Amino acid sequence: MTLLEGSLKQSYRLLHMELEEAVTRRLQMLGMTKDAEILLVNRKRDGSMIIKVRGTRFAIGKSYAQGIYVGDAENVKE
Amino acid sequence: MSKNENNQRNMINVAFIGNPNCGKTSLFNAFTGARLKVANWPGVTVEKKEGHTHYHDHDYKLVDLPGIYSLTSYTMEETLSREYILGDDVDVIVNVVDASSLERNLYLTLQLIELGKPVVLALNMMDIVEERGMEIDLHRLPEMLGIPAIPVSARKKTGLNILMHAVAHHKDKPVDKTEHHHSEGQHIHRHHDEFVLVYSDEIEDKIDAVKNRLKEHYPDMKNKRWHAIKMLALDDEVCKKYPVEISDIADKNYESDIVAQKYDFIDEVMEECMVNRAEKSARTDKIDAVLTHKIWGVPVFLGIMALVFFFTFTVGDWLKGYLEIGLDWLFEAVAGFLAMCHVSDWVISLVVDGALAGVGGILSFLPNIFILFLALAILEDSGYMSRVAYVMNHIMGRLGLSGRAFIPMLLGFGCSVPAVMASRALENPKDRLRTIMVTPFMSCSAKLPVYVLLSGMFFGKYAVFAAFSMYVIGMVAAVLVSVILNKIMKTDHVNNLLIELPEYKTPNVRSIWIYVWEKIKEYITKAGTTIFVASVIVWLLMNFGLHGMVEDMADSFGACIGKFLVPVMKPTGLGYWQIVLALISGIAAKEVVVSSLSVLYGITNISSASGTASLVNLLGAQGFTGVNAYAMMLFCLLYVPCIATIAMIRQETKSRKWTMISVCIQLGTAWLVSAVFYQIASLFL
Repeated sequence: MTLLEGSLKQSYRLLHMELEEAVTRRLQMLGMTKDAEILLVNRKRDGSMIIKVRGTRFAIGKSYAQGIYVGDAENVKE
Repeated sequence: MSKNENNQRNMINVAFIGNPNCGKTSLFNAFTGARLKVANWPGVTVEKKEGHTHYHDHDYKLVDLPGIYSLTSYTMEETLSREYILGDDVDVIVNVVDASSLERNLYLTLQLIELGKPVVLALNMMDIVEERGMEIDLHRLPEMLGIPAIPVSARKKTGLNILMHAVAHHKDKPVDKTEHHHSEGQHIHRHHDEFVLVYSDEIEDKIDAVKNRLKEHYPDMKNKRWHAIKMLALDDEVCKKYPVEISDIADKNYESDIVAQKYDFIDEVMEECMVNRAEKSARTDKIDAVLTHKIWGVPVFLGIMALVFFFTFTVGDWLKGYLEIGLDWLFEAVAGFLAMCHVSDWVISLVVDGALAGVGGILSFLPNIFILFLALAILEDSGYMSRVAYVMNHIMGRLGLSGRAFIPMLLGFGCSVPAVMASRALENPKDRLRTIMVTPFMSCSAKLPVYVLLSGMFFGKYAVFAAFSMYVIGMVAAVLVSVILNKIMKTDHVNNLLIELPEYKTPNVRSIWIYVWEKIKEYITKAGTTIFVASVIVWLLMNFGLHGMVEDMADSFGACIGKFLVPVMKPTGLGYWQIVLALISGIAAKEVVVSSLSVLYGITNISSASGTASLVNLLGAQGFTGVNAYAMMLFCLLYVPCIATIAMIRQETKSRKWTMISVCIQLGTAWLVSAVFYQIASLFL
């Protein structure tokens, strides 16, 4: 599922991203690499949301949230 | 050896670089005694600043660079920082990191280490680390990174000497070549003995192969490893600068793998060096629950801004009363002194009716300006600014802009010049351009004296609402013009907000003092320079005509200029040559509109009770009523910003065409809005 479909206050594990190449790289450099844990902190009706990755909060727009594919947070790291 | 040569030899060029909002500028200020603006949101610094400091036998040239997350350039300020750091001017890189967010900050650190230049890690905000009960292993961290790691606190000014000591000692040492972390692979190259971060065998093979290729083509190239890594990541600039065929080595873009492996290493560092990683960020979460609430977020923001302007007008006006008493006394004293010295009448008139009337009229608004900037400084330093980008994102999205574009617009309430500059943080060039075009519609502090004066004179107990309405109308105008530009420029908007949200913190008294004091100084300086000169020029224009000094101002040069444009301004309700002249002079700086009215109508202290009463009478005699006053406020809100803003628009757009378009849009909007208002209001009032 995409991060846009995620539930509030839930942690997810990043699987992959289907976004523009430059955007994907940008997000990766901010720590959104495969298996990184993402906590969905806040979400608005327009789909923009606040997430917490590697201890840092980011606000991201809907177009980014719907291109980030996530899975359950369990077994984030072996 | 001459002293100068000796100094040159001992001068160490130090670049401060780090993620946005990690405290680089605070550290720079602490070292150099500079008073650069600091605030708690990413993107405050958008251009490089230089300063100097001295420690032991060395002079240091310090360069504060805009914050970047990586050495890949996406925005203008990131390009600026990257170009500087890759140049030959840097002896030592001081990588400032927010120790309380070490994990994300270390990504840039690893990239800097790979550059092969001497790097010193400045662990800023260690006081926050301690407050949160976290601990950093300061022995293991430098061991794993191969660079010195110095705990500092820019806020408390601790660790500064030790940091400069480390800079002096490590200026010729890039990275310690010890074994820094667990070597698991049995790679033939044994890179673990050479480098801090060693990638997988597959990538290391490719790095070596590209390095060899570069060696063949560019034997003099410095740090071939870094360039090889960048080529594997298909970095545009490196690939263009050093064209070399590597498709037989790299069949795809390896950036994802390189980034992922860097973060794997960071995980390893965090595991070993960070104790008690659990964060105490409950306070930020609680505040965010209200301030970024999906329903209450926007009303709360509007409420906060309403409060800011309410205090600006009410408390500001109360304080203004006391200042006016002092200024009245001063003017009388100066006039009395000049008369006592038997100075000629025209000189007394120039000083009292020209310079003092203009400058004094402006100085009396100082309390309003002080309150406005104090409130904005508190908002900026608390961490709320980035949240506004999030809260306003859906509204901005409808205009075809990212919520991030709202930050420059919000800064426009203070001053349009830095606000236009702040648009550099926007990645999309079309978004930047549109933001630059509409930012001057936000009502800057220079327009405040015009509102306070006119609304105070004509709207009595509703003065605060009349003045506040200007801020709302400014925002609406920005929104509408942005929508029109969006249609014309045919931009495909996607909801592409991406901004870091810092932790909330109690605003720092020193940071706020620096911010407010610099703005106050700027205002007073402007009163003593631009406004002084403009007042004298207006006085000269009003007192001289074709046949020398005039008895009747209607025969003056100023009157000729004003009368020429009266027909154009008549539909707006501003068809009075004095008003036209005041508006023209306001292009120098918006406060000049008020100072010019003082000079034009010969009122010494225009904002005092007697001054406003005289002005109301004089204007009333010309048929200038409350409707005209409100039309004038609208025109001042929307017409061309000051010369400094126009110059900044030219600098940021790098286009005469867009600068002209911007001026035309603003003049056209101002004329249209005030004319529509005046014509409709005149039917009913």
